[in-house]
Amino acid sequence: MKRAIYILLSNPLSILGLVLVGLVFFCAAFADFIAPYPEHAGAVINFAFANKPPSAEYLLGTDVVGRDLLSRIIYAYQVALGMGLVVLLIAPPIGVALGLIAGYIGGWTDFVLMRITDIFLSIPPLVLALAIMGVMEPTLINAMLAVTAMWWPWYARLVYNITRGEKVEGYVLAAEVIGASKAHIMFREILPNCFPAIVTKMTLDFGYVILIASSLSFLGLGVQAPTPDLGSMVSEGTRYLPDSWWMTVFPGLAIMIAVFGFNLVGDVLRDVLEPD
Amino acid sequence: MPDPILSIRAVSKEFHVGKSRVQAIDDVSLDVFEGECLAIVGESGSGKSTLANMILGLGAPTSGAIRFKNVELPAKRSKLHRRQIQLVQQNPLSALNPRRSIGASLRLALDVHGHGQRADRPDMVAALLKEVGLDPDMATRSPSGLSGGQRQRIAIARALACQSQVVVLDEPTSALDVLVQARVLRLLNALRASRKLTYIFITHDLSVVRNIADRVAVFQKGKLVEIAQTETLFANPTCDYTSTLISAVPVVSPEEVALRDALANVRVF
Repeated sequence: MKRAIYILLSNPLSILGLVLVGLVFFCAAFADFIAPYPEHAGAVINFAFANKPPSAEYLLGTDVVGRDLLSRIIYAYQVALGMGLVVLLIAPPIGVALGLIAGYIGGWTDFVLMRITDIFLSIPPLVLALAIMGVMEPTLINAMLAVTAMWWPWYARLVYNITRGEKVEGYVLAAEVIGASKAHIMFREILPNCFPAIVTKMTLDFGYVILIASSLSFLGLGVQAPTPDLGSMVSEGTRYLPDSWWMTVFPGLAIMIAVFGFNLVGDVLRDVLEPD
Repeated sequence: MPDPILSIRAVSKEFHVGKSRVQAIDDVSLDVFEGECLAIVGESGSGKSTLANMILGLGAPTSGAIRFKNVELPAKRSKLHRRQIQLVQQNPLSALNPRRSIGASLRLALDVHGHGQRADRPDMVAALLKEVGLDPDMATRSPSGLSGGQRQRIAIARALACQSQVVVLDEPTSALDVLVQARVLRLLNALRASRKLTYIFITHDLSVVRNIADRVAVFQKGKLVEIAQTETLFANPTCDYTSTLISAVPVVSPEEVALRDALANVRVF
């Protein structure tokens, strides 16, 4: 614990990371209290105030139908974090289980599971998500499913490689000689040794899931109006560039803050959890 | 002659490496008697580890049979079979899971084999740690920060936890320095007497053999070339290879003197 705090304080970037991630979580958690115009998260139309540049009244300006951008960005973080949480609650367990089984059992199980994983990995992630979204209705749930489908193979690969390394360690042999079950060896002996890498990757991925989700909605395949979403806000704003620059720049910055923050935190976690 | 506790009958093991075949063990027969310490010596690649793995059920022989108390051991071992024969490995650093507590590593053996009541198992773990000369409070600690000797004692305790009768010791002291080596060997000797254990001691270190083994089996290129009482073998080896092995080590090497001194002086704990 002392070491963790030392690593944290010795690197100003890690503090910045925590501040940014904290800010994102704070916005999402207390959106109702800190958003200046909470009702603007919905389908409010107020043409009198449309297209206003940043001012004291509307800190980050307004969009084409006169909604406060700051309020919409704060609510968009709720959607983005929800997306990240759901994807990272579903994808890692699937990938981890498959990677452990393939890596430990080996043989044909390994061959079949890892070739399936390779097929998923060989398709560019966004293309895969686009294909899935093209077949299904563009809703938040389906967007989550599409991103999950493209995400688990990375965990399978990661855990597979660690498992192959741990499998030859003496403690695995000892458990086998004692007569422990395969399930025990995989999930109680090997899995704890994969945790540092998994937790680090999950933190880094939080940012990337937000980025991919934004890309999908930028293309009109993710969250649908009037739900505020950073990707669709950027996409809407591009039609009014360069005059109404705030419509694109601020949602874009909001994406950057989240991705950058999670990246920095992920790097710190790697240093804390994987001391080498 | 009493019945052997472990009997290896005409065992051979082939490995296929690409298209070529490697005869790792070639028609080996030997008996291990209850309560003895049989050393298996030979240079690397002589097949001694392959034999140990087959005894432990980690690889089936290509032909031949391994019998425990006159019952043939199958290739797929049941828990009951596993319980009979345990292992202490060479490398104490990797033998313990760095992410599990020492107590959890010892508990595993008790849990798998259902030794004792659930509620009594923490006490059993403490007793095991005590038996190998460690602090019972160590159970809650992680193995990181422990010395090689301490780790090897825990590995020995883990083998004891199964309540096995035969322990395969795969170079258990070769990673330790002389003084620690002597302490661990003394502990092994004490446990052999108190628990009535049978040891199969795999090593290439003849100074250790001379100090602990009752009998020695010499392996060369997968074949058993000589098996004899320790004193007999060192005094007049019948086989050329054994003579070469013995003469490769100075009659009494400085290491052996150090080990002998240490063995004479150290107490078990």
